[in-house]
Order: sequence, then structure tokens, then C-alpha cells
Amino acid sequence: MSDAGAPILPHATPMLAEADRLMTVCNSCRYCEGICPVFPAMELRRAFHDADLRYLANLCHNCGACHDACQFSPPHEFDVNVPQVLAKVRNDSYAEYAWPAALQPVFRRNGLWIGLGFLVVVSAFLLGMIVVHGGDLFTAYLHPENFYALMPHNVMAALFGAAFLYMLVAIGMGALAFWRDLAGGAPAAIDLARAGHQAARLTHLDGGGPGCAGNEGQGGDPRKLWHHLTFYGFGLCFAATCIATLYHYLLGREAPYPYWDLPVVLGTLGGIGLVVGPVGLFLAKMKRPAHLWDTESRGMDVAFIAMLFATGLTGLLLAFLRHTPAMGPMLVLHLGAVMTLFLTMPYGKFVHGIYRGMALARNAWEQRRAGH
Amino acid sequence: MTDAVDFLVPRDVIVAGGGNAALCAAIAARRAGKRVLVLEAAPKFYRGGNTRHTRNMRCAHDHATDTLTGPYTEEEFFDDLLRVTGGNTDQTLARHMIHLSKDMLTWIQEQGVRFQPSLGGTLSLGRTNSFFLGGGRSMLNTLYRTAESLGVDIAYDAEVVGLDIDGGTCRALTVRQGGADHRVETPVFVAACGGFEANVEWLKEGWGEKAENFLIRGTPYNRGTVTRMLIDGGMQQIGDPTQCHAVAIDARAPKFDGGIITRLDCVVFGVVVNKHAKRFYDEGEDIWPKRYAIWGRLVANQPDQIAYIVFDAPNLERFMPSLYPPISAPTLAELATKLDLDPVAFMAEIQGFNAHVVGGKPFDHTEPDGNRTEGLDIDKTNWAQKIESAPFYAYPVRPGITFTYLGVRVDAQARILMADGTPSDNMFAAGEIMAGNVLGQGYAAGIGMTIGSVFGRIAGEEAAAHV
Repeated sequence: MSDAGAPILPHATPMLAEADRLMTVCNSCRYCEGICPVFPAMELRRAFHDADLRYLANLCHNCGACHDACQFSPPHEFDVNVPQVLAKVRNDSYAEYAWPAALQPVFRRNGLWIGLGFLVVVSAFLLGMIVVHGGDLFTAYLHPENFYALMPHNVMAALFGAAFLYMLVAIGMGALAFWRDLAGGAPAAIDLARAGHQAARLTHLDGGGPGCAGNEGQGGDPRKLWHHLTFYGFGLCFAATCIATLYHYLLGREAPYPYWDLPVVLGTLGGIGLVVGPVGLFLAKMKRPAHLWDTESRGMDVAFIAMLFATGLTGLLLAFLRHTPAMGPMLVLHLGAVMTLFLTMPYGKFVHGIYRGMALARNAWEQRRAGH
Repeated sequence: MTDAVDFLVPRDVIVAGGGNAALCAAIAARRAGKRVLVLEAAPKFYRGGNTRHTRNMRCAHDHATDTLTGPYTEEEFFDDLLRVTGGNTDQTLARHMIHLSKDMLTWIQEQGVRFQPSLGGTLSLGRTNSFFLGGGRSMLNTLYRTAESLGVDIAYDAEVVGLDIDGGTCRALTVRQGGADHRVETPVFVAACGGFEANVEWLKEGWGEKAENFLIRGTPYNRGTVTRMLIDGGMQQIGDPTQCHAVAIDARAPKFDGGIITRLDCVVFGVVVNKHAKRFYDEGEDIWPKRYAIWGRLVANQPDQIAYIVFDAPNLERFMPSLYPPISAPTLAELATKLDLDPVAFMAEIQGFNAHVVGGKPFDHTEPDGNRTEGLDIDKTNWAQKIESAPFYAYPVRPGITFTYLGVRVDAQARILMADGTPSDNMFAAGEIMAGNVLGQGYAAGIGMTIGSVFGRIAGEEAAAHV
């Protein structure tokens, strides 16, 4: 570790101390000001407390452009690697803000935990359907109630509703802790709109225009497309589920729905996004130069990508195989994937969207207040 | 070293250097259809000489753009150049360059380079200077990518250590790579390999032993090997051989390549003393950037080439945050001890200064504010404030060498002139190695990049036309 920019403030971890050092070096240079909002946000500060660093880390989109532009990146003795150090601080922050605190260690061997979780949930569903409910996995497709011959609709709604609510509470508690750490800030509608726009378009993956590093400067970051497919695919699937729930309770229309109906159309389109997007993200991650990201987070990153992929793939297969004996096993796998996804959202890579969104909102507010 | 380059493959144009000037020359020649080899003495990471530490270029333009706040006419550019050089410029060449700088804004963007509005804290340059998005290394990366995609061959760790010059003709070069010397014949040679600022032995010829204590702001690869060989080979030298551009930088900076971030421009906020705790120059003489450019030389002439900028608590956050924190102490005496200065002499100097501060006007560091001392041997003529509020702070500073002025004379075609004034046959020069033609002394922000880009492009095009 270089002594250039060596921190004066105390820090909770060596990685936060290193982030302070880097921000001190960068603040005396400022060449990267036009690349992304991390650097203008840094310039509003002269000292970097842990909360500032976690904020800056979550504002960083890991495009990597600042690393390639830096005169002082390794092997220079100043050893400046902002994308990687902020990625480590960011990944640590997910655990630090997680609720309840007892589950923070889940972030450490995240891939293993989420994999085990999936196994446990699928096994529980199998047991429930066969032993408790007395269903037959391979003949249920012949039953007039179809899916619900294996798991009654009310049970399904109750289980998933409860999991969803738990997820909201747990993520909300983490978000609250992050917001408190940011010490105030009062984003107005315009700030939220700006942050929302930037998040929806992934504006800051552009490296200020020329595109991300590790992409040989060949224009846009390919991860942007994959992320859009994943994000909007997830959104469509979620919308399909919500509409189906409304159909059921408000209109009394029960699944299965015809192919042309909204839940199926949206779910199919979303499912395709959730299959293609995660594959692209996974391949992009495998190709990404190791020095630009936190390779220790590989398990967490891949686990989240894998759960999204599993959700999308099993959902599509369920839709296409629902009139075959494979319907039962596919239902178990799909419900297992969705349930695991919900339950592990607060303890995995999903939270990156929450904290980054909040960092963008905070940034929009503080930059507007600074008159920029 | 990345891809091995075959030195035996015949080329039309060989460019020595790897910075802005070299790449502009290589790209221009390649775009004219020539086979081009670039010989960069540095390893790949350190490629580009001083370009990697730059951030903008100064080009004339008639209208505001989305990144420039207003017009900057050729006339105004020329006036600025005359002022900073004190007239020490080849006016014909300077006008020629300034005229061509207009089109450079477009040309360089056609090579992929992107601009952004001026950086925070540099608003004074927002009208005149075009800032590279991400800074000089980002700009360089773009030029390298463009050159490579066009088919320019680039050799790293490839220093030109010999020139076979026959009269006005360069027949071949000796390139040293990986300990082996290669003789490379060439129809045309473009010298675009910078100054000799990292060559301490050479700096000593002008500065004596003082040069041992200089810090070099760029990489260790700017050694001036080719400059020396060209002059020894009968080319006409230009620029003061004893001079270099020097600013005061943090004494804790590394010997090489601390770049821009080790700079300290806070003399106005306090006083500057030498190792005997004595002030030695009016800290309130002038505003940035002229002030910035003189303090390197001033410190170079102090004993052991070290000085200390001393200020007190209210001034700590009035300037850009520094790379290294200031040395601080609750009392002046303790600060002196930390700085290894004689506390008695230091206290006497500061108290003497305080006793002579007249002040009384609002402090304003952005322009001469008339707050001065009266009755000192060396008065501070602006921004004089008593140094009285604890804690007290100091930055140790040393001369930081940015670039040298000595080079070879060229004509408007960037062709190197021989000692008798006649043009050489097949040798061209661009960038810092010929900057002295235009910039005989002094400095204006971003002008080094203008010289590099404009003469680089000329050299590349003329070299291509020569083959």
C-alpha cells in the first residue's frame, strides 16, 4: 500500500482506509471528473468518513473507465485502483447494512448459502406437495385444477405473500440503515426523477461517453444490454404475477390463462429476458479483467445471476410443459426458485440496486444543493 | 513488452517517441498510406512521456462550443504566447502553429479524442483550453487505439540509442530493446521523443549539483537521448540549454512521475521559508499561473533546494486538498521542531513578519488584494495575513521539473534544420523536442499539447509526402 494520500481518519476496515487513501489521491487530481458522478461527489468533500466511502462506493457502477485513464494505477507506486477498491467497499457494505445482523455472515459464502437455500426450499415444497397435500407430481397436469392440485392457490398466495413481505421489511431495514448513515439529505421529486432516469438507463456505465474499460473502448458497455434484459425481464415477470393475482382475486379468473392473455405474454417476454440477460451478464463477468472488480464477490454475483436465470428458465418451461407430465416437477422448481429468490434478496447481490438507487438519489440532491 | 515488433520489416516512416506528438505524427503518416513504426522507449504502462500527465490543449477557435465557454481568436492566442515567452518565440512558426491549432480541435476528435468542460478549479481556462475527458492518459489510450486499428506498429521498451546521420540524411537508427541492439533503416525519421527532464546528469550541466535534489514530475524515460544525438549529428539547437520549467511540489513526492497531484499552490496563504527559517521572496507578487511557475526556480536556488510553506488554521481549506497532509503542530515552536528548523530563528521570522503586516482589507486570494507588509527586507505585497491561529501548518517543497526547453530548430514543415540553417533531408521533429522554437521560455497551460499535436500532424504528413 502506497503512503501517498495516507488516511488520517480512523476506519472500520483496512479496505475503507484504502478507499480513503484513494479518494485523497483522486481529490488532489480530479482528472476523472467527467467520467462519472463518483468524482464530483468526492470533490464536495475534503475528508472521507466510512459513511462517505460507502456512499461513494455504491455510487460507483464499476465501469472501470477511471482505472484506464489513471496515471497512477498499478504498477505506479501510488497504486490507485478505484473500481476494485470501491467494489470491495461496496460488497462489504451490503453485509454491514443487512438486517437482521445475525444474517450478515450469509454474505461471506453467499453462493453456498443461496445454493443450499434453493435445495432446502425445493425439498420443502416437494415434501409439502406429496406428503402433506397428497399430490402426485407426474399426473397433476391431468387434474382440472392444474397447478393448484399440487399447491392450493391460497396456500401459494399466503406463502409467497409472506416471503415477499419479509423481503420488503428486511430490505427496508437495510435501506434505512444506509440512509441514516448518509446523514440526511432530502431528495425532492426532481432528484428522485433524475436518479430514476439514470438507474433506468444505466447512464453511468458509459464512462462519461466512450464506454467501459475492459471493452477496448469499443463504444457501449455490453453489460448494459444484458442488465437491461435482466432488469426489465424481471419487471415484466413481476408485472405478470401481479396481474394474475388481480385476475384471481378481483375478476375471479383463475389460472391457467390462454396464451394471448397478459400474464402469459408478459411472463413469457420477461422470462426470455431473465434467461438471456443473466447468461450475458455471466459471460461478461467471466471475461472481465480481474483487476477491475472484486473477484471475492464472484460467488455472490453468480448466485444472484443463477437464481434469476433459474427463475426465468423454469417459468418458461412451466408455461410450455404445463400440459405434460413435466408440469409437476417444473412447478416445484419454479416455485422453489422464486421463493429462494425472494427470501435471499436481502442477503445477496439484489441489494446493489437498492443502495445504488439511493446513492443516485442522494447524489442528485447534493449536486443540486451545491448548485451543479 | 507486449506484441513483439519485427524491426526487419521495411517501413516508410519511423517515429521515435510515444506521446501526443509521436502518435499524431504516426496517425497522420499512416492515414497518408505509409507503413509506420513507433518506437517508445518506455514500457507500455509508462508510455506517452509527459502527455500522460497533461489534461488539456490550447487551440484557437472562433466560437464557443459545448465544452468551451467562448471564442479564443488566433490574435489573442498569439498575444498570450508573446506575453508568456517575453517575445522569445519564432513568430512565423508561432503564427503558423496557432493558425493550424484551429483545425486541430476537429482533427484530434476525429482520432477519437473526447473533450469535456474545464475541470473544477480551472474556470480561468474554460474559454481557452479544451480538456480531455479523463485526462491525458485517457487521451493517449485513444490515440494508441486509433493508431493500432489503422495498422501502425508500436514497439515498447524500444529506445533509440544511435542515429546514423550522413550530412543531412538519417540513414538508420539503432534501437535497443531487451538488451539487444537492432539497426533499423528508414526513409524518413520523425523525432518526437520529448525533452531530457529525467536526465539528472544533463540537468546538472545547467544547474550543477543542485539538480540532484530536483524531483522529476514525469517518468524516468524522458532522457533526451535523441536530442543529444541530433545536436551532436549537426542539427541546430534551440532553446536555453540550462533552463527548465519547474514548479514547487511536495518534497515528499517520489523522485519520478508524481505528476500533477504533488503540486502545491498555496504560497499566497502564508509565507515561505528556507532551511535557515528565512523568507526569501515576495509571496504576494503575482497570481496564478505566473506565481505557480516561478516558485520551482526560487526553491532551486535555496540551500539544499528545500523550502517550507507555512500558514495557519483559517487557511487550511482555502485551497485544493493536497496529496500529502500538511505537517501540523499546536505551536510555531513545535512546528519548527517537526520541520527540523531552528525554533528560535523560525519564531523570530514569523513574529517579525506578523509585526509588519499592515493588512486591513478583505482577504481575496483570487486577485491582488493589497494586504501587505511594510518595512521588511522582503515584503509580502499582497495577501499578507498574520500567522497566529493554531494549529499551524507547513508543506515542505522542492523544485519539480516538468520539461526542458532545449531542442532542435525546425521549419514550418517540421523539418529539422541543420546547424547552418539548411533543412535536413529526411528528419522531422515534433513536440517537446522542438517546443523551444515556439516556447523559448515561460509557459501557458495546454500549449505543450498544442505544439505536440500540430507539429506532430505536420511532421507525419510531411514525412509521408517525402517518401
